[in-house]
Amino acid sequence: MEYFVQQLVNGLTLGSIYGLIAIGYTMVYGIIGMVNFAHGDIFMLGGFAALIVYLILVGLFGGIPIALALFIMIIVAMLMTGLWNWVIEKMAYRPLRGSFRLAPLITAIGMSIALSNFIQVTQGPRNKPVPPLVSSVYDIFGISVSLKQIIIVVVTAVLLTIFWYIVNHTPLGRAQRATEQDRKMAALLGIDVDKTISITFVMGAALAAVAGTMYLMYYGVIVFTDGFTPGVKAFTAAVLGGIGSLPGAVLGGLMIGLIESLWSAYFTIDYKDVATFSILAIVLIFKPSGILGRPEVEKV
Amino acid sequence: MANISHTNESASSNLMARALREAFYAGLVAIGLFVLFVGLKTDQNILNELVLVQRWGLLAVFVAIAMVGRFLSVAYIRPWLDARKAAKAAAPTVEREAGFVARNFSLLALIALVVYPPVMVALFGFQGSLKWVDNFGIQILIYVMLAWGLNIVVGLAGLLDLGYVAFYAVGAYSYALLSSYFGLSFWLLLPMAGILAALWGTILGFPVLRLKGDYLAIVTLAFGEIIRLVLINWTAVTKGTFGISGIAKASVFGIWSFDVSASNNFAKAFGLPMSSAYYKIFLFYLALALCMLAAFVTIRLRRMPIGRAWEALREDEIACRSLGINTVTTKLTAFATGAMFGGIAGSFFAVRQGFVSPESFVFLESAIILAIVVLGGMGSLVGIAIAATVMIGGTELLREMDFLKQIFGPDFTPELYRMLIFGLAMIVVMVWKPRGFVGSREPTAFLRERKSVSGSFTKEGHG
Amino acid sequence: MALETDTMTKDPILKVEHLSMRFGGLMAINDLSFEAYRGDITALIGPNGAGKTTVFNCVTGFYKPTMGMITMRQKAGKEYLLERMSDYEVNRDAKVARTFQNIRLFSGLTVLENLLVAQHNKLMLASGYTILGLLGFPTYKRAVGQSIEQAKYWLDKANLTDRADDPAGDLPYGAQRRLEIARAMCTGPEFLCLDEPAAGLNPRESLALNELLRSIRKDTGTSILLIEHDMSVVMEISDHVVVLEYGQKISDGNPEHVKHDPKVIAAYLGVEDDEVEEVIEQIAEIAPGDTH
Repeated sequence: MEYFVQQLVNGLTLGSIYGLIAIGYTMVYGIIGMVNFAHGDIFMLGGFAALIVYLILVGLFGGIPIALALFIMIIVAMLMTGLWNWVIEKMAYRPLRGSFRLAPLITAIGMSIALSNFIQVTQGPRNKPVPPLVSSVYDIFGISVSLKQIIIVVVTAVLLTIFWYIVNHTPLGRAQRATEQDRKMAALLGIDVDKTISITFVMGAALAAVAGTMYLMYYGVIVFTDGFTPGVKAFTAAVLGGIGSLPGAVLGGLMIGLIESLWSAYFTIDYKDVATFSILAIVLIFKPSGILGRPEVEKV
Repeated sequence: MANISHTNESASSNLMARALREAFYAGLVAIGLFVLFVGLKTDQNILNELVLVQRWGLLAVFVAIAMVGRFLSVAYIRPWLDARKAAKAAAPTVEREAGFVARNFSLLALIALVVYPPVMVALFGFQGSLKWVDNFGIQILIYVMLAWGLNIVVGLAGLLDLGYVAFYAVGAYSYALLSSYFGLSFWLLLPMAGILAALWGTILGFPVLRLKGDYLAIVTLAFGEIIRLVLINWTAVTKGTFGISGIAKASVFGIWSFDVSASNNFAKAFGLPMSSAYYKIFLFYLALALCMLAAFVTIRLRRMPIGRAWEALREDEIACRSLGINTVTTKLTAFATGAMFGGIAGSFFAVRQGFVSPESFVFLESAIILAIVVLGGMGSLVGIAIAATVMIGGTELLREMDFLKQIFGPDFTPELYRMLIFGLAMIVVMVWKPRGFVGSREPTAFLRERKSVSGSFTKEGHG
Repeated sequence: MALETDTMTKDPILKVEHLSMRFGGLMAINDLSFEAYRGDITALIGPNGAGKTTVFNCVTGFYKPTMGMITMRQKAGKEYLLERMSDYEVNRDAKVARTFQNIRLFSGLTVLENLLVAQHNKLMLASGYTILGLLGFPTYKRAVGQSIEQAKYWLDKANLTDRADDPAGDLPYGAQRRLEIARAMCTGPEFLCLDEPAAGLNPRESLALNELLRSIRKDTGTSILLIEHDMSVVMEISDHVVVLEYGQKISDGNPEHVKHDPKVIAAYLGVEDDEVEEVIEQIAEIAPGDTH
């Protein structure tokens, strides 16, 4: 039982990270119907930004309190990836808006290749290890919960609340939802569609940056190829939850985190990704629009 | 008159001012983008700790490039493009009679390919030609074959498949395993690999038929990854990440062998000096023949009811069903046919490398093949072949750019930039030509004259 | 009286019995029964939202009805229960073809190719399920020749021969409507279902459409079921009219009978205020000159 709960805690942590990335996929998909394949690499970029900021902070003020350091890392990483995604959207995706459906997808795949190789070229191809930032572990009813895990889950929960509030209760959120429903009509009603889409990209990137920082803190290492696997899994999470649905993305992320940790704990770690992808395929075969997605009615 | 020149002057000075302002903003953005990633570099010191190396000079170069680029774009390139567009709109272009080269492009390209190996041998000698025949010739032909296979699924039937590399892997491992465990010959295994891959295409295609668009894409991606992960983890059979080496070479229809020790060795039989170049040249022609077969089958299939049903499926699935077309079998045949070409290409790949490992079948390969199909212009065989040549050949050329070392110093390795440039090229080509190099579609039947269909009418499918 | 003797002598090609279709809480069709007779042009009319297109989708297999039976009887006497068949089988086996309210052409294929796709099953058989065709067997070549002849026949009927090699998406709206009908006819149907064929046509195109429908009935003996809003088309060409309101049948008979049915007038006048004038005008227009 304790072992099981322990795995739940691990799964929840991992799931939070996937959920944060998945929101970026789902929002962009919701608003412009595009699979932003480069989103995983934006996440990786966020991790690298956090790493470099950490090294700067340690270099400048050796004994900086870790909470403050983490806070600064998250903020800078969010700004940095937000700026990147803003520029990427403007230069690579905007010219293709409304064109052929596969063109933006291919552009995004190209962007993904370019971003990871940009980091490889500028930062080098090797693993980048950092000393453990947070190492305390608590024992709660026989289950060991590390401070890292608590931070990840709490930060995710806080961000999701803020985010949920923005989307549902602010003029910006209303503009986003309107653009999602009908871009042309939204424009006619005076919504700056370009700006709304830009902000959506920036918001998605900011959440991915937080995920990147958390990932760096949790695993203590990052490398330029790290965007791909978490990216694909987060995309899987978004689709599993029902792409376009925000709660779906979080739910999908948590599910994938749980499947992964439980499978590794009870079966074999080798096939954990096979399990994740198989469950995705099975869910979609029986419920093609994902768990919380609105079923697409075939209009004849 | 004076008035006009005056307004022109003020307009151009306005433009300059605007360009300068834009360049300034671009510089600021570039500083923001690159300050951490270019200005600083994480390096490991002797204690294996990460330290930062400062590269402010390089950052300045990046920022300067961004500023100059933006300035030129706003001040000169954009007005020039606008002017050209206006001129084009004012004078509708008269349809020019296609030149000799354009009309006979396929034939000329085929002739060029046939004489390519002897020309390379003549230019670089047997040993020197290896690189050109193998790295450029054979590699590009493999990608052409793969992309033509995927074209059936994506370009004709409009089904987005992100896991195509799975069938390539099935083909490659079929040959590697069956030849090393059972000693079966290449000529038997080549069609068998195709059939096995087609079988897998049907098996994987069946459950996903109900899915549409991006859901189909992610499930095919998942299947691709599952197959790769199984290849990695099923070590008892596949030897995992070590891969399978020492795969038997192909022979010339079982008559001449390319094994050095064999008594019917090709070079010995003709009394030629020993060289590995013969084998590569043989493989080049073999790949060319397989490509021609793929092209022939595709061209034929497009004129068959099944090929037309594929294209109709891409255009409108519901209309297809209203016309009595069983869309399930139509989709499955598309999957299976595409997979078959992938499998054949895979077994050819295995025989060429003599070694297969899961490393060769990562998602990036699927992405590259898909990119070639889309960049070439979906459905167009010629466009796809051009895209494969440009993208694969172009990035392969970077390996040859040793002279760049003399400019950028001995530490400069052009290969590092290969995939970076590949990615950027994908973006640039898509933004420049969203419908690919050849955007128009050749009709499969005509009453009076064959007119190609402009890309703006064809759909990209939702399946 | 005249109506009853009429139906007695006629042979029903399509029989809809107790058809109901429920979407969640909405009863789109409620216990609908009607018949369409062989050789007739039957019109299905009714105000917006009456469930006409839903009936169509049930008949052509695109929706599975909640309840009821739809029987198609071919000329040779073979009967098909359409509600049990999937959409493509309805066309392939039962020989029921259809068009769509929002035109669904293969816009990137040429006009001729559109008509060849419609002959898929025939050609598939002739090509030996692709294999013989791939090997270049003469049977396939002959079949293609015949298909092209068939396509030419319908191109001529639909007045599209000049545009045969142009992409379907490039045709003007009226021509697209005609092409969709020609494409449906290329599947060799016994029963043709047209969903608002005259929608968006100008008067000249509308006339050409009437001409095409009449000649389809005359030359091929195909029976037609059509949904139409344009009363002039309905009254002009149909032999038999079924009126729906809120998923139920409110009137059934020849155009003359339906036109004077108080229930029909009430339904049309009662539904939407802005349609009232239009309907009164149309009735006034048609009533004196109807000698059909």
